[in-house]
Amino acid sequence: MGGFFKSSIGRKVAMALSAFFLMFFLIIHLAVNITSLFSEGVFNELSHFMGTNPLVQFALQPVLIFGVVFHFVMGFVLELKNKKANGVKYAKNNGAANSTWMSRNMIYSGLAILAFIVLHFIDFWFPEINTKYIQGDMSGMHDGSFRYFHELQHKFLSPARVGAYVVAFILLALHLLHGFTSAFQSMGVTAGRKKALQTFGKIYSIVIPLGFIIIALYHHLNH
Amino acid sequence: MALDSKVPKGPIKDKWTDYKNHIDLVNPANKRHIDIIVVGTGLAGGSAAATLAELGYNVKAFAYQDSPRRAHSIAAQGGINAAKNYQGDGDSTYRLFYDTVKGGDYRSREANVHRLAEVSGNIIDQCVAQGVPFARDYGGLLDNRSFGGVLVSRTFYAKGQTGQQLLLGAYSAMNRQIARGKIEMFNRHEMLDVVKVDGKARGIIARNLITGEIERHSAHAVVIATGGYGNVYFLSTNAMGSNATAAWKIHKKGAYFANPCYTQIHPTCIPRSGDYQSKLTLMSESLRNDGRIWVPAKIEDAQAIQQGKLKPTDLAEEDRDYYLERRYPAFGNLVPRDVASRAAKERCDAGYGVNATGEAVYLDFAAAIQRYGKEQAKIQNIDNPSEGKIYELGQAIVEAKYGNLFQMYEKIVDENPYKTPMMIYPATHYTMGGVWVDYNLMTTVEGLYCIGEANFSDHGANRLGASALMQGLADGYFVLPYTIGDYLSDDIRTGKIPTDTKEFDEAEKEVKGRIDFFINNNGTKSVDHFHKRLGKVMWDKVGMARNEKGLKEAMAEIKAIREEFWKEVKVPGSADEMNTELEKAGRVADFLELGELFAKDALVREESCGGHFREESVELDGPQKGEAKRNDKDFAFVSAWEYKGEPADAVLHKEELEFNDIELKQRSYK
Amino acid sequence: MNLTLKIWRQKDSNAKGQMVDYKVTDISEHMSFLEMMDVLNEQLVNAGEEPVAFDHDCREGICGMCSMYINGEAHGPDRGITTCQLHMRMFNDGDTITIEPFRAAAFPVIKDLVVDRMAFERIQQAGGYISVNTSGNTQDANSLPISKHAADEAMDAATCIGCGACVATCKNSSAMLFVGAKVSQYALLPQGQVEAADRVKNMVAQMDLEGFGNCTNTGACEVECPKGISLENIARMNRELMKANIS
Ligand SMILES: Cc1cc2nc3c(=O)[nH]c(=O)nc-3n(C[C@H](O)[C@H](O)[C@H](O)COP(=O)(O)OP(=O)(O)OC[C@H]3O[C@@H](n4cnc5c(N)ncnc54)[C@H](O)[C@@H]3O)c2cc1C
Ligand code: HEM
Ligand code: SF4
Ligand code: FES
Repeated sequence: MGGFFKSSIGRKVAMALSAFFLMFFLIIHLAVNITSLFSEGVFNELSHFMGTNPLVQFALQPVLIFGVVFHFVMGFVLELKNKKANGVKYAKNNGAANSTWMSRNMIYSGLAILAFIVLHFIDFWFPEINTKYIQGDMSGMHDGSFRYFHELQHKFLSPARVGAYVVAFILLALHLLHGFTSAFQSMGVTAGRKKALQTFGKIYSIVIPLGFIIIALYHHLNH
Repeated sequence: MALDSKVPKGPIKDKWTDYKNHIDLVNPANKRHIDIIVVGTGLAGGSAAATLAELGYNVKAFAYQDSPRRAHSIAAQGGINAAKNYQGDGDSTYRLFYDTVKGGDYRSREANVHRLAEVSGNIIDQCVAQGVPFARDYGGLLDNRSFGGVLVSRTFYAKGQTGQQLLLGAYSAMNRQIARGKIEMFNRHEMLDVVKVDGKARGIIARNLITGEIERHSAHAVVIATGGYGNVYFLSTNAMGSNATAAWKIHKKGAYFANPCYTQIHPTCIPRSGDYQSKLTLMSESLRNDGRIWVPAKIEDAQAIQQGKLKPTDLAEEDRDYYLERRYPAFGNLVPRDVASRAAKERCDAGYGVNATGEAVYLDFAAAIQRYGKEQAKIQNIDNPSEGKIYELGQAIVEAKYGNLFQMYEKIVDENPYKTPMMIYPATHYTMGGVWVDYNLMTTVEGLYCIGEANFSDHGANRLGASALMQGLADGYFVLPYTIGDYLSDDIRTGKIPTDTKEFDEAEKEVKGRIDFFINNNGTKSVDHFHKRLGKVMWDKVGMARNEKGLKEAMAEIKAIREEFWKEVKVPGSADEMNTELEKAGRVADFLELGELFAKDALVREESCGGHFREESVELDGPQKGEAKRNDKDFAFVSAWEYKGEPADAVLHKEELEFNDIELKQRSYK
Repeated sequence: MNLTLKIWRQKDSNAKGQMVDYKVTDISEHMSFLEMMDVLNEQLVNAGEEPVAFDHDCREGICGMCSMYINGEAHGPDRGITTCQLHMRMFNDGDTITIEPFRAAAFPVIKDLVVDRMAFERIQQAGGYISVNTSGNTQDANSLPISKHAADEAMDAATCIGCGACVATCKNSSAMLFVGAKVSQYALLPQGQVEAADRVKNMVAQMDLEGFGNCTNTGACEVECPKGISLENIARMNRELMKANIS
């Protein structure tokens, strides 16, 4: 099995597995965030649970971080290998004739997402870690109530940040428009080419990023 | 030297079995010490190389393409015959044997053909075991189709790509042996001469087509499997690189060349569209099952069509001349290939051709579309179907049967054959003639074998559809591996053949001398220029219909072109690099000699038989008036030519053909 | 029509190549692309220059020898065809046509437009066969019924002509369509089962060793493949490799 993951196809499979994990995570993340549109209370409860539950914090979170890191590191590794396989560049190459822009630019949409993830860490995650583990405040409270919703609203005050957020999620949509079916194909799932799955993939790739964008805009405008 | 066909004694059906029971074998340990060179890795050479390597011999295989998978066998479309009788329609070894001898117009060697029929079934078994995806019916068993000239369904096929699939099968068997180190494959290598030591073939001189290096390769036996020489006509359905060089070079070293004039001109090819044409494309023979062939009945209409002023669909039924149906009411559009080809030529020569070059006839599916449409309407219970509906239903059936061919036609000609009739014209397709071999497939040079289309083969004066693939694989998988063992059993103590001997020196010197000549010659005309001129003479005077005057002229003209070639040919570049013009020059030089011998052979054979039609030898009266007339009394022999310098000086040796098991009859399609 | 051609010229594998401009005139729209190249070469030979070397043989789309990258696409702008089946009616008078060899690190240029595709050979040698010796006693062909569906699907995979357009067109220079097709042909047939696991492992290992890139499922190969080999074959190969490693 060790040899398998060293082979080109094994790496594809690993890439797809990490991508599946990330796509699943996105659903959860969106589900939590979306509550902020309806109910400050529910959002705060969920955020607190996620932020303090040891299972989430010490089991799922490292896995998630590993998943993200693995995914982009593997993405870079494969990209480099593929570039090396190219040899001399074509003087004229009409890629648009036979493939989508999304499929040809996964590395760039991926890089944009990575940049966003870094920003996201600086914005939300580092302060969280700081509050919880460095300052040791696990209460999740600020001025007598849960702090999560307010922090969220506060972050989306800046139009520049919201702009970056929107752009990143558009790129995520593009990433997923190719990535979703691609991951199934990599796993050898024939249905990856079938209509229903493709349609579902399109819906997923648009709805999930759109959800995040709406949340950002909502809080930006409703403040 | 008297020709000895070495046909074993005994009843025809036991000859091959008895032969195999009595030949000498080489024990497995000794095979390791024996080298065999196989030149050409198409169906014949590929299957031979793989099988010999499986047996334990060390095989060196050569091909001019970059992979064995690209040999021209890949282009065969229709299918492969085998006497399996899976359809229960009364097929048998005898029937396949009989059909092949009769189809060849009684000019083949009975014993060889019978052996071919005997092993035909094994070929299918072997190919299926290799994973060749033949067409199957819904029950999962193998499907068959029927082909021209026979009354049973014995043709196995893989869509329209039977040759490809069979070749990929042989190629896979080769790959297994290459991986084992038992075959050393020399891709992009061209054999330029054979080396004889003490009268035996002991090696070859080959040019590495990438580096230009001239290499010596030695072996205990040499097998030539380099395909046919149809490109002597310049335009043919052969690949651009198909050539006669290997066969011609061994001819010059003592191998007799048999029946060069037996060439098959296939009636349904896409016509030439202009002078730039580089090759012709075959449209499967199966189209004649449903297409009706015609030209305009009136010369004015034909001329108007040639000038583009009239469309075929404008012509009324009575203004069309369905000349095959008119001349051959019994067989109609399904007459054999040679008959259909000559009839098309006759109409076009008379001025009735239907494209700008005047060399095309129509193959019309309108009637078939109507017929199928009405049939379908009945089946689907549609009362009073409209014309449009009938057309739609009919077109669907035609599409299901021939869709891929129609599409191929449309890509090349840019016309929709569902709407306007297809244009077709005969083209050179297959050469029945070739290097003379005995029952063992050995040429007149000891230790030098020839298999596949390159030998004079089992097809007599005309080959039936789907029989070339059968012959190539029979030779390579099931015949040569036995017969060559009988010869090599004497060589177990010979040891490696050294290449630093004077025989190799001389052969190499000769090859290099010729290459240097081409590179240094201060000529003014390209190789293609000469090849096209040769092709024109061959087509006009040694083509579908031949006569004494034309053949004599052709011999003189070809000689003149050859002489001019050696003065004026121009080859740019150098000898020590990839040089495609140099490759072509060598091949055309050989065609220029072969062409003349071809015409000479046609001149000597004063009868019409199979693909060889002499205008002087036709039925003069009776119902067969004007049809080809064979002359069994004077010409029931194989012409085997011995090289004596100039092609015109070649000496004829006759192998008399005896027919003990089949009665000779006149072919009639009226 | 009159055309300007920009063609890659390279003396041999070690030389540095470059694009060179040529003009051809009076090209008929009925010519095939390679016949147009013949016209150019005849012109070059008559001028005492070296003609452009390019691979070709059957000129009817089946041998897989021809291999040009024309105006940024493998086998040119038309679909479902090889270079030799491309016709000049796809172009217009006055066009400039860029002609390059198939590019990939695993396909080094031999000369001009001729590339070395021996990597494909070695992949086939690594397992592209069923180990059965030739003998007159192989079991009868009909003793092993194979469903028509499987046979047809195997046939579809088997129609690959080994041209390398999939590699040439792939932004990753991946050979997975080619290898997938061969693995699939045997995976679909009962005869291929015995060696299935070793076959897919060995062929993929050889493919990786040759330095082909990694498939990212862009699907460009399927679009440019002259024989319409389906991406399905890559999915099947992925499955086969997983299966081979699990069992
Ligand atoms: C378009 C077309 C359709 C056909 N359809 C059918 C059909 O349906 N059924 C049927 O039975 N037959 C058919 N035939 C005939 C049949 O395909 C051929 O007769 C047969 O495949 C020839 O096989 P071969 O192995 O003898 O030669 P080829 O397949 O031609 O192989 C020749 C080999 O020799 C090599 N070679 C040649 N010269 C040299 C040299 N000087 N040095 C080194 N190597 C050399 C080549 O590289 C190649 O490997 C068809 C032929 C054509 C052209
Ligand atoms: C939440 C974030 C992300 C999600 C949901 C995601 C999702 C996906 C999916 C589904 C695939 C297809 C996998 C396959 O074809 O097998 C993919 C491929 C890819 N991803 Fe991401 N991705 C994310 C982040 C990133 C990041 C940060 C990078 C950084 C560079 C990146 C780079 C790539 C690349 C290069 C590929 C193509 C590689 C291949 O298909 O083999 N992705 N991604
Ligand atoms: S898969 Fe298609 S493009 Fe690739 S080598 Fe085969 S035929 Fe050519
Ligand atoms: S030359 Fe054979 S496929 Fe193009």
